[in-house]
Amino acid sequence: MSDRVRDRIRESLGVEPVAAGEAGPPRLEPVSTDAVAGALALATQEGWRVRVEGNASWLSRDGPADLVLATTALGWAPQISRPDLIATVSAGTTLSALTRRLAEDGLWLPWDPPGSPDRTVGSILATGTAGALRHGFGPPRDHILGCALVCGDGRIVRPGGAVVKNVAGYDLTRLQVGSFGAFGIVTEAHLRLRARPAADATLLAEGARDALTKTARELLAAGLDAAALELLSPDAGGAADWTLAARVVGSAEGVAAESERCRAAGPGWRVLDPEHADAFWLAASRAAAAAAVTLRLGVLLEGLDDTLDLLDEHLDLGLVAAGAGSGSIRWCGEATAQAIRALRHAASGREIPLTLERAPWTLRRVVGHFGAYREGVGGLVGGLRASFDPSSVLVVAVEGASDV
Amino acid sequence: MTTEQLRQRLAALVGDRWVRSRTAELAAFRADGLPTHESTPRLVVLPGARQEVIAVLAELHRAGVPFVARGAGTGLSGGALADTSAVLLVLTRLNRIRQIDAANRRAVVEPGVVNARLAEAVMPLGLQYAPDPSSQTACTIGGNVAENAGGPHCLKYGVTTNHVVSLEVVLPDGKVVRLGSAHGEPWGPDLVGLMVGSEGMFGVVTEVTVRLVPLPQQVRTLLAAFPSVRAASEAVSAIIASGIVPAALEMMDGPCVRAVEASIYAAGYPTDAAAVLLVELDGNAEGVASEEGIVSAILAHAGATEVRHAATAEERARLWLGRKKAFGAMGRLTRDLIVQDAVVPRSTLPDVLDRIAAIALENGVEVVNVFHAGDGNLHPNICYDRRDPDLVRRVRAASRAIMAACVAAGGSITGEHGVGSDKLEFMELIFDPTTLSAMCDVRRVFDPTGCANPGKVIPVRACREWRAGGVR
Repeated sequence: MSDRVRDRIRESLGVEPVAAGEAGPPRLEPVSTDAVAGALALATQEGWRVRVEGNASWLSRDGPADLVLATTALGWAPQISRPDLIATVSAGTTLSALTRRLAEDGLWLPWDPPGSPDRTVGSILATGTAGALRHGFGPPRDHILGCALVCGDGRIVRPGGAVVKNVAGYDLTRLQVGSFGAFGIVTEAHLRLRARPAADATLLAEGARDALTKTARELLAAGLDAAALELLSPDAGGAADWTLAARVVGSAEGVAAESERCRAAGPGWRVLDPEHADAFWLAASRAAAAAAVTLRLGVLLEGLDDTLDLLDEHLDLGLVAAGAGSGSIRWCGEATAQAIRALRHAASGREIPLTLERAPWTLRRVVGHFGAYREGVGGLVGGLRASFDPSSVLVVAVEGASDV
Repeated sequence: MTTEQLRQRLAALVGDRWVRSRTAELAAFRADGLPTHESTPRLVVLPGARQEVIAVLAELHRAGVPFVARGAGTGLSGGALADTSAVLLVLTRLNRIRQIDAANRRAVVEPGVVNARLAEAVMPLGLQYAPDPSSQTACTIGGNVAENAGGPHCLKYGVTTNHVVSLEVVLPDGKVVRLGSAHGEPWGPDLVGLMVGSEGMFGVVTEVTVRLVPLPQQVRTLLAAFPSVRAASEAVSAIIASGIVPAALEMMDGPCVRAVEASIYAAGYPTDAAAVLLVELDGNAEGVASEEGIVSAILAHAGATEVRHAATAEERARLWLGRKKAFGAMGRLTRDLIVQDAVVPRSTLPDVLDRIAAIALENGVEVVNVFHAGDGNLHPNICYDRRDPDLVRRVRAASRAIMAACVAAGGSITGEHGVGSDKLEFMELIFDPTTLSAMCDVRRVFDPTGCANPGKVIPVRACREWRAGGVR
């Protein structure tokens, strides 16, 4: 199969694929949206299965495929409009490179996704993964304004635009965020930026889990204006006990006031210096990818303790980061399909969604990123997939397999 | 099926008094907030419960009758108009706030709940529902969801889609789906994001779960008067570029200011100003004080002739009342008014506003500006008299030219009012045929028969199935 695929690519696209490892499928690294479109159109025509990859810093390179499409060469320089606070960014751009570039203009994209800072923008959008900054700034869906999407059959669709407010047409842009590439490949995105805050402080409190969740509730009830308020398990926080981490950003005066509000909530808060603060948040992000499986559960503030107990009952509380007010708990560790399914079933009974964010293909295929949908939703998702990828070219384990 | 037979079937589902069929009754539903489009529905039905919505849609589906969902009818794009083939489904009786969960900062409401009523209900709990369209005292949450409505305070807090976490939707065939979750996790691909702003073409929303946010500890409202619109818009650009994100940043030009001051909503705006900015800052007291100093300096540097700081809550409320009622106040200027809606990159505001003024001159029409400057969301309001055919022609020409100018500047044809009927002709200015066709395909997933709000948002010629033969 691989040789035939290579031959057809040479004939039709005039490019030479590279090998994706020994005996692996041919791999293309298109450099433009049009080139991605050409490859997917050919794959549709030939009936190939296509695996899409970033730089493999989040999802592993193990899905079955006749052809691998890597977005890593989609890395042209971001177009940045400083006065409009908008950047147009290619999917292969790494977050670390984008962050450095934005900093040159005093700008900031408030993303701190789990995993490596070298994850690509395309990966972050496709998986919809947000970190602790989701608390103050929302998940990636709140920062994307428009995109270029190559559908499974090679059509190029460009919903949204490079303006901060826009309701023209249906919102096909947000549909892509967190869809795990089920509808196509986002090759380019218009992103909403912020100016780098004048002040940025991180405060930590350590203690028993219950005491810290109570503190978090009290802080939020008192109106703490935080960019992040994250509860970390001992392993995730690199501490002997649980850690409640607060990050406040803004003017120097405003940050000082919010920091004081934290301190007033109880003893034991310590302020990290900037270097240690960066290292702390980076370590927390990396902890979310420190083992083979990462999953995310929805949570409401009042349900935080119960949901942590549920997680402990079915898996463990090894590497856990809980957004105290942001709506999600992230867990990382080793887990079987049976354990994840049992947790998902129990969570579903409490109206809590579980998203499998990251796992080897063997697990993703069985469990699926989303598992079974609520009644009626599966038909809609299936219809949308058929609409964007009519030949099911894209290899994505959205629902999981019912036959295993 | 005759209209009378249909009326009887619907009356059996919702009660006779909740189906309107007489000419005089239907006339009340002939238009929404857009004065240029009118259309009389076949029937009007006002269900009072979700089960009635389900039953009505199932009945219409069996009968193959198209329908249009409508909230309070305050929309400004002709999106809630039904023609003589369609039934208008008015949702204002579904007006219960089902739950307010202050601890988790969530509210569950029916679609007919008026936006301001929700805001009032949560305020004593120290919370707010952030999207605040200017029509918030009348418009409904369901309508806000359909249009992805914005409002002045969306600059900092985001628009409707950023605050809706879950929806119950009755699909056009009467089946019910629940999308998203109270937590904000999408529970699969983001179908809530897709549904919000779909202008009633995917189904009818019967329950909305929204995110609430804390009321800010401190709010400061500044009024700045400028000798020119350009100077004011340059001040807007400078504030945005400074990195400060005001809660709101609104602009009114001189004619708008004078219309407000001549109305019962007089707010004390300086009537000799060519433009007025309202800047609202919120957050903790220390941060707001710091930002207030910086913004004041920017306004002065940009040439403000006066910078006024609202000293009391009453004064602040008065400044906002004038802004939010500006459209009503403009009724003094003219018999008819088109509230246009477009978005441009914020850095282009000065040039685009100059261009709009030139377009007004070229077409001999009066354009009054009141808009969300911080978002680049323009509302050029065109005054006219619909009884004057030549003026109507020139108004249309000016509208087209304004849209073209905004698109040429890198903008979009609507920032918060939606496409509806009004902007159909402009969709091809910003989307290529492939993108429009993909939107048609998506709509067909939710509504294979095209019965939900037919003929809106996407020009039918853009749909693949139209080329193959017929689509609503």
